[in-house]
Amino acid sequence: MKSFTYEKVDTPEAAVRNTEAARYIAGGTNLLDLMKLQVETPAKLIDISRLDLASIDERDDGGLTIGALVPNSDLAADPRIIARYEVLSRALLAGASGQLRNKASTGGNLLQRTRCYYFYDTSSRCNKRVPRSGCDAIGGENRILAVLGTSEHCIATHPSDMAVAMRALDAVIVTLKPDGDRRRISIHDLYRLPGHTPHIETVLEQGELITHVELPKPPAGKQAYRKVRDRASYAFALVSVAAIVQVADGKVESASLAFGGLGPMPWRDGAVEAALLGHAPTDAAFAAAADALVAQAKGHGSNDFKIPLARRTLITTLRDLTGA
Amino acid sequence: MRFTINGRAYDADIDLRTSILDLCREHLGLTGTKKGCDHGQCGACTVLINGRRVNSCLTLAVMHQDDEVTTIEGLGQVGNLHPIQEASVRHDGYHCGYCTPGQVCSTVGMLDEVAKGWPSHASRDLAAPHFDDDEISERMSGNLCRCGAYPNIVDAIREVAGIASKGRTADEKDAAMASEVMA
Repeated sequence: MKSFTYEKVDTPEAAVRNTEAARYIAGGTNLLDLMKLQVETPAKLIDISRLDLASIDERDDGGLTIGALVPNSDLAADPRIIARYEVLSRALLAGASGQLRNKASTGGNLLQRTRCYYFYDTSSRCNKRVPRSGCDAIGGENRILAVLGTSEHCIATHPSDMAVAMRALDAVIVTLKPDGDRRRISIHDLYRLPGHTPHIETVLEQGELITHVELPKPPAGKQAYRKVRDRASYAFALVSVAAIVQVADGKVESASLAFGGLGPMPWRDGAVEAALLGHAPTDAAFAAAADALVAQAKGHGSNDFKIPLARRTLITTLRDLTGA
Repeated sequence: MRFTINGRAYDADIDLRTSILDLCREHLGLTGTKKGCDHGQCGACTVLINGRRVNSCLTLAVMHQDDEVTTIEGLGQVGNLHPIQEASVRHDGYHCGYCTPGQVCSTVGMLDEVAKGWPSHASRDLAAPHFDDDEISERMSGNLCRCGAYPNIVDAIREVAGIASKGRTADEKDAAMASEVMA
């Protein structure tokens, strides 16, 4: 690990004051792992773990505001999350281990880095780790990597389960910028596709600090999170689906579907939901939605299996949720 | 820097990069906590910080000077074992023993989570989890045992948690083993 300077801050305003070449650290479960491998080499760590951002509060619109430092364990176990946003609790509990969930923060989970083998291996070429160095994942071992939203420069997946559920829930990310401005960013706008710049993963500016995540009032319908992985627990998703579907009068009235394991960001595609709306919840409609999901999908050899797996996982999830 | 570990104050002059794991093992002589992967994947380094189980390898010591750290040395000592250690001995809940301190610390933290009503991926009803063998396996998935002592680890946890046994008791296993040896 490269050496660094360390500053512990007491307020968000102090945190954003001097962020050049710095990283914020809260739980540190991903950052320290990457620092040990020298994938991350910050000159300075700003310890935000004691900021007063660890509560979950009611909002006037019936939603909740989640402090960026709420640990994943506490968020998953919160009775209000369980009662109103079960998909989020389920997604969190499907991720990592008990020990990691106890440390990992809400904000850190959103910003965790890909688990692409080549990103982690500093002797490999990786455009995300070293811009314009090349990509050894394309043509390499890419079983766990993306089939949607990739570019010729990067096929990494975003590893979070939590963020997939938050996309289905239309979460809003609240930040504080070094200039003192606060902004609210829809989770749909937070992440960037890799394109020519896979090292730029979000729209956040240098030093911009996530302080809260807002959940709008719970959507109508039933919620589910289904995750397919290589072992029954403590593994990243090959494919996951966060689904919220409302059926009324025999037809799908509303649907919100987001996917993990498939793309460089938690994936959501309006065409998938449009294929369901107004239709009876039947296998034909589910197949149409699944076709829409994978219409642009591109395999890279060892991850080709994800395309049919994504179809089947979506169809099964919709069957379970609608009782069809 | 000053730390509180197992209720005792320690002073240590350490590099900022030092993890709680390395602080304990390399600077304070507390070698009960084990380094397996050093990347949060195996759970051998599990300790309790303010009662919550965490991977000490992914925890910078400098960030925890105001916290209470509990390691395996704080849970039980020779002649004064923690109930989970006693149950592990009775059920052969280990083979080489390298993962055992982490398994024991993790179990203490895990049972506290269960007592608080926290659900898991194995819970059908998140609001009212029913603690059973599937829950034990799911909740302990962050602790690997490369010897494969899992069935006996689950037996030990089940006994301490007071869950009705699906399998054999420790005495029945001893009797069966004795008869195998006799045969």
